Amino acid sequence: MAGPIEQFEIHPIIPIRIGELDLSFTNSALWMVIATGVATICLTVGARRRAMVPGRLQLMAELAYEFIANMIRDNVGDAGRRYFPYIFTLFMFILFGNLLGLIPGSFTYTSHIIVTAALAVTVIIAVTGIGIAKHGLHFFSLFVPSGVPALMMPLMIPIEIISYLSRPVSLSIRLFANMMAGHTMIKVFAGFVVPLGAATLGFGGLAPITVNVALTGFELLVAFLQAYVFTVLTCLYLNDALHLH
Amino acid sequence: MGKDEKPTSLDDLGERLRVAREHRGAERQRKGGLTGGPGNMSGLGWAFRIGVEMVSALAVGVGIGLLVDWWLGTGPWFLVVFFLLGAGASILNVYRAAMGYGLAVGYRKPGESGDGDAEKDASGKADGSDAATQTKGQQNKR
Repeated sequence: MAGPIEQFEIHPIIPIRIGELDLSFTNSALWMVIATGVATICLTVGARRRAMVPGRLQLMAELAYEFIANMIRDNVGDAGRRYFPYIFTLFMFILFGNLLGLIPGSFTYTSHIIVTAALAVTVIIAVTGIGIAKHGLHFFSLFVPSGVPALMMPLMIPIEIISYLSRPVSLSIRLFANMMAGHTMIKVFAGFVVPLGAATLGFGGLAPITVNVALTGFELLVAFLQAYVFTVLTCLYLNDALHLH
Repeated sequence: MGKDEKPTSLDDLGERLRVAREHRGAERQRKGGLTGGPGNMSGLGWAFRIGVEMVSALAVGVGIGLLVDWWLGTGPWFLVVFFLLGAGASILNVYRAAMGYGLAVGYRKPGESGDGDAEKDASGKADGSDAATQTKGQQNKR
């Protein structure tokens, strides 16, 4: 039987080596492509028939659009509206990665810290770039806390800078740890089914299966929640960069 | 009769939708910004968020310290300094998260931050808010 960690292993599907670089097309990359494809198909098909009374797909597409549009309006304001495509793409990519990862036998690319870290670092670089482009050097007043005596500044400014740099770290760790913990837990309980069932004439196996059903429902919630948290924090960072205090 | 009734039921639906939207909007405003207070999530999720905030700032501090030490070859001194700064930053992160200050720098809640940017943006036009932010920036520069 496969161990609980083996589901996170990365296997190259199409090995590609350029010099020292290993650019193989892996199962992780495959599921990224699948998630992007499924999201694109869902949204384009959903948006094609603009019925007055929406069908299921159209309703899903509209709900997703409205959800992100409201999120940006509430957290960033009208100035954030031009960044809608990026934030919407980010949300869809993470959401479909989380949801497709729940299919047995699939691969959850959001459970790898390198993937979430790349997303988070992109967000922080983008937000910092937007802030500098909009405010120029005045952007760095973000690191000067208000209402602090000048004597404390040499201490407070490095602390603020570290606090700012910790944003991508906490952003990526939160998503990756939630996904990995959930998937490991499901696998551990699934591993109890056969031994427990064998020991008690099959009836004992029902207990871990019940737990797994509940855990899968819980994981569905976590998949949505973590995609939401990631995007909401992106919106808050964007708000910080656009509206300096 | 059937032809006459159809638009009225749609109008009625539209009216009810409008009322529901207004109601929801009012509720959202009452709740305030979406900075994620302890009331918004489960206890475990909240504890996890606080933990991550703490660990990440400390990790960044230690990372910078180790990097600078490795670069300059200066014993453990930068590690000590940046460990303490990282610890300070981690407490600051937790304080801000716990007090509902969101992620804004400073010690004021986003809503009460003197400038009404957020409110202006929600109702006004993008150009107006841009101008407001720019004038504020100029004031702060002086």
